[in-house]
Amino acid sequence: MPESAGASEKRVAIEARGIVKTFGQGANALRALDNVSIVIRENEFFTLLGPSGCGKTTLLRLIAGFEYPTEGAILLYGEDIAGLPPFKRPVNTVFQSYALFPHLTVAENVAFGLQMLGRSKAEIDARVSEVLALVRMQELAARRTDQISGGQAQRVALARALAPSPKVLLLDEPLSALDYKLRKEMQIELKRMQAETGITFVFVTHDQEEALTMSDRIAVMSKGRVLQIGSPWDIYDKPADRFVADFIGETNFLSAIVLGVADGVAKVRLTSGAEISATLAEGGVAEGEATVVVRPEHARAVKDGGQIAGVVENVVYFGTDTHIHVRLDDGEMFIVRQQNSRTQSCGFEVGDRAGVEIDADAAQVLKD
Amino acid sequence: MASAAEIASQARRTEVRDRWLLSAPALLIIFVAAIGPLFVMLAYSFMVKGDYGDVKFGQYSLDGWFSVFLQRDIFDDTLTFADAHLSIFWRSIKLSFLTTVSTLLLGFPTAYFIATRPRHTREIWVFLVTIPFWTNLLIRTFAMQQVIRNEGIVNSLLRWVGVIDEPLQIMHTDWAILFGMVYVYLPLMVLPLYASMEKLDFRLVEAGYDLYAGRLQVLRRIIIPLVSPGIIAGSILVFIPSLGAYVIPRVLGGGKNMMLGNLIELQFGAGRNWPLGAALSITLMVLVMVALLFYVRNASRSGATHG
Repeated sequence: MPESAGASEKRVAIEARGIVKTFGQGANALRALDNVSIVIRENEFFTLLGPSGCGKTTLLRLIAGFEYPTEGAILLYGEDIAGLPPFKRPVNTVFQSYALFPHLTVAENVAFGLQMLGRSKAEIDARVSEVLALVRMQELAARRTDQISGGQAQRVALARALAPSPKVLLLDEPLSALDYKLRKEMQIELKRMQAETGITFVFVTHDQEEALTMSDRIAVMSKGRVLQIGSPWDIYDKPADRFVADFIGETNFLSAIVLGVADGVAKVRLTSGAEISATLAEGGVAEGEATVVVRPEHARAVKDGGQIAGVVENVVYFGTDTHIHVRLDDGEMFIVRQQNSRTQSCGFEVGDRAGVEIDADAAQVLKD
Repeated sequence: MASAAEIASQARRTEVRDRWLLSAPALLIIFVAAIGPLFVMLAYSFMVKGDYGDVKFGQYSLDGWFSVFLQRDIFDDTLTFADAHLSIFWRSIKLSFLTTVSTLLLGFPTAYFIATRPRHTREIWVFLVTIPFWTNLLIRTFAMQQVIRNEGIVNSLLRWVGVIDEPLQIMHTDWAILFGMVYVYLPLMVLPLYASMEKLDFRLVEAGYDLYAGRLQVLRRIIIPLVSPGIIAGSILVFIPSLGAYVIPRVLGGGKNMMLGNLIELQFGAGRNWPLGAALSITLMVLVMVALLFYVRNASRSGATHG
């Protein structure tokens, strides 16, 4: 769904304004973040998504206070916290390595933050058992942290960060060390905990599938810049530029010429001569040569007709669906994903001639 | 034909025999060089002292042990505590303790500094720390004398700045011994501390800061517990040689400020009281063993939680 009006009325939890972060000096200086601005709303599950080295973890560390921005401001509920040390920020972090204290038990780990805040013993005990119940780790409260499994350590790290009831919870690729099945379970668990606690989550991941399934909104980052911010639906269906389209899911790129624009919808001519309508990326080109993207599931392979055509080069069976790789007449590759039915095959074999029918409203013109 | 079981047991026997044969040289050295002399020392401490040193074999007496803590008045035979010995024991323990604490206070930040340097520069710092070992202890001690004597660097500097009018009498005081021991034993504290701190996962420090622990609390609640094996090892490595120090109190403390090492030397040398010397040596060893037991207990407790 597009962002509802109600969402934008929510209070802003975190705002990063024009953040620049450089490491090193002179010729060796590395610009990790380049003029990044982000608004994260209260109770939002916000994901920073990008390949390694894109600056997403640096941005998280800036919010946590482990690094200080070279330029720009970080506001937490309107208050600039960019200069505060981490122990004075009401945010907590779930570390990628979990960073559990090896000399303390599970319960002592969870109690640590509350003890540092000077809470009473009774309050700490109550809160610790409450949070351990939330992550379903009550039975192992007395265990040492080297006596628990990776998945359990993950839950303890989460409980430890949640215990002081932070205004914002920062999660640095917390699921990357878990195996596939456990990761899927924890994704659902994390969503449940976010709903139960109502805490704003800022989640860092390089896994686009994880980002799509868990997030309310996603910021796609590359090379220290934010390329697009939007709901998973926005990011997937209306990628703003080539990187986003390529990084999130599978995509077909088609060269085209924009003929004209009306009401935000462009009329484009493909190399085959067919004319289709395509939505315009925000701030995208309105005329001349452009790239159009079409998701594989938004097109069908047909025996006759279709806006473009080519020869089937490969048919890959995936269980739920089949990918048909069509080499278009202009030389480009187009992949079509078709749902499988129990009774019949996709109907195409390698070498067959196939037309490609693009769904109405499925095409999107990229910015560049 | 031997059965399989017989071959197996034969092989086992051969293995056991080989194991003993292979460890024989090490065992021999331990018995001849370490445990044997200990028994000789123990035996000597129960013998009658010879007139010109040595002992009278076959004549046994408790005088050696008796004189460790007590003395008999030469006129009326009343027993009193051997004040001189007790004050030397006290000085040894006090100065060793102060040396340990001082090297810990100086060594901890030093080791932390080295452990937080980039990996390739750490080796250089460790190397720098070990450089004093290349110089003979006696020479280092005389060098220290040049620093702290009345006309030495410290006094000249203080006088030049105008802090003092008269030179501070540091030489031949307990302070001189303390300075000397801290200087000489500091590397023994820094190296094990550094070894522990190098293994410290600094992400845990970040986690501490993240959970509202200030700098002091992170130090107290996270860093110190995690490097405690290094603290204990360093303390033992400094405390034990400090207790038995000989050269440093001799050179810097002068004749009056003796420590246990000097007292033992005195009994074997000019004092010509070998049984007392032997008894004192064993007493020193017991003190060291008490310190070691303390170490082992702590090390096994913290060693169980982390390497």
